[in-house]
Amino acid sequence: MRPLNPVIAACPPSGIRRFFDIAAEMDDVISLGVGEPDFVTPWRIREAGIYALEHGYTTYTSNAGLPRLRELICDDLATRYGATYDPREECLITTGVSEGLDLVLRVLLEPGDEVIVPEPCYVAYEPCVGFAGGTPVRVPTRWEDDFAIDADVVAAAITPRTKAILIGSPANPTGAVQPRAALDALVRLAREHDLYLVSDEIYDRLTYDGAHTCLGTLAPERTVLLGGFSKAHAMTGWRVGWICAPQAVAELCVRVHQYTMLCAPHVSQLAAVEALSGPDDDVDAMVADYDRRRRVFVKGLREIGLDCPEPGGAFYAFPSIRSSGLDSETFAERLLHAESVAVVPGNVFGPSGEGHIRCSYATALPQLEEALVRIARFLNAG
Amino acid sequence: MRQILELLERDAQLSHDTLATMTGIPVAEVSAAIAAWESSGAIRRYKAVVDWDAVDGDSTAETVTAFIDVSLAPARGVGFDDVAERIARFPEVRSVYLVSGSQDLRCTVEGRTIRAVSDFVSQKLSTIDRVRATATHFVLKTYKRDGDSFATPEADHRLPVTP
Repeated sequence: MRPLNPVIAACPPSGIRRFFDIAAEMDDVISLGVGEPDFVTPWRIREAGIYALEHGYTTYTSNAGLPRLRELICDDLATRYGATYDPREECLITTGVSEGLDLVLRVLLEPGDEVIVPEPCYVAYEPCVGFAGGTPVRVPTRWEDDFAIDADVVAAAITPRTKAILIGSPANPTGAVQPRAALDALVRLAREHDLYLVSDEIYDRLTYDGAHTCLGTLAPERTVLLGGFSKAHAMTGWRVGWICAPQAVAELCVRVHQYTMLCAPHVSQLAAVEALSGPDDDVDAMVADYDRRRRVFVKGLREIGLDCPEPGGAFYAFPSIRSSGLDSETFAERLLHAESVAVVPGNVFGPSGEGHIRCSYATALPQLEEALVRIARFLNAG
Repeated sequence: MRQILELLERDAQLSHDTLATMTGIPVAEVSAAIAAWESSGAIRRYKAVVDWDAVDGDSTAETVTAFIDVSLAPARGVGFDDVAERIARFPEVRSVYLVSGSQDLRCTVEGRTIRAVSDFVSQKLSTIDRVRATATHFVLKTYKRDGDSFATPEADHRLPVTP
């Protein structure tokens, strides 16, 4: 047979997959490996989805998505962050941030363009850059700096082919929130070198030590903002997110989207309308709950001897496991076999994640406490 | 501080240490606040939420609950308060509310059997002076009580490891 696309063939399968396969075979596993809320979608939103089905909203919507939903998203960004996006021309609804990321990279990149990707980062960033014909250029961040992006390190990686910087804050897997100064420095760099900023802000509502800074307010002319409903509203399976971007970028995103996806699911869009129409109590209650678990879990990790940077957002802790003398993969694999606790080895998120494990605290408190007991026993046995 | 009460209302078994970690309030202050609430009566007591239907093999564990609407003749000076308080003193009576609508009081009564509840209504409740009429509604099944759902919890459909 003729060879397949070499870029895709050369892309390794996600390192997470292997742990999923092992964990799925085992009983009594406490999983700290889950990258989604343990809450189900709040009932009022589910009920709106059921209503939409009952009343036959099973058709396509316009390519860019329901006008009402786009208005609500832009209003929400305006109220929350002071961002100014035109719902008609600068906003489109995607099937989650995952599609949004793919769309925007395809729109921004010409073959061979480079995208600077600070890591450790979400597993899809580098592959999606590659699939869009670009070259990801990794830039390390260090846990000693709370994974803050160092603009000097980014500057050193800029070449004439650099087109964009891709960041996620609050971050999966580190839980790090980029400090305002780091974002300001990135904006200066981007303006100096005329780069786009692709900002994955899917965890924007999940911050615990201060308000979130929306990059779309700092550099609206060059920021492509990616967001969605999965995390804040516990709607991962509905697959609904959005892109807000300068009109020229948004227009081309719609163009790709209309031919590849056509539109996001109608029922999901109507559920998302409900998510943004109703009171915010559900989100506040979930965030408060994550925060309490975060405090208990991070303190517990430190008490059993694992250094853990303070995660300011998302629902992940990213403790260092260097004191064990094991690399991340070995640690995670042995922990799973010895104590049936599933975590994700940090190196799957980039080389700077080596020496760490990602632990999701989107898990009931008694499970977190039991996991801490088991990890402590594992560390002592080692 | 209000946060501590809200947390205890959901789970009274949280230790003072855990409450301190969750809220960022020093443990000594948490303990002092709880002690103060306990002595002032802001925290009345701690109890378990029991789903008796889920207690297997113990027929004596079963209880019968009824909602009883009571209409009253009001009395000058006291309105309904004296009768309501009198009704509330019976240990069988779990709650008493003065309500708007065609009835005056809505009570919840618990007993071991339907007979026991019926006897209470016919012999104790309806014979109180100024009780004009009662309407008894036996509970057939409890779906939710005081914010606690008694339905089977929704299963966790998440995959064990996801990106």
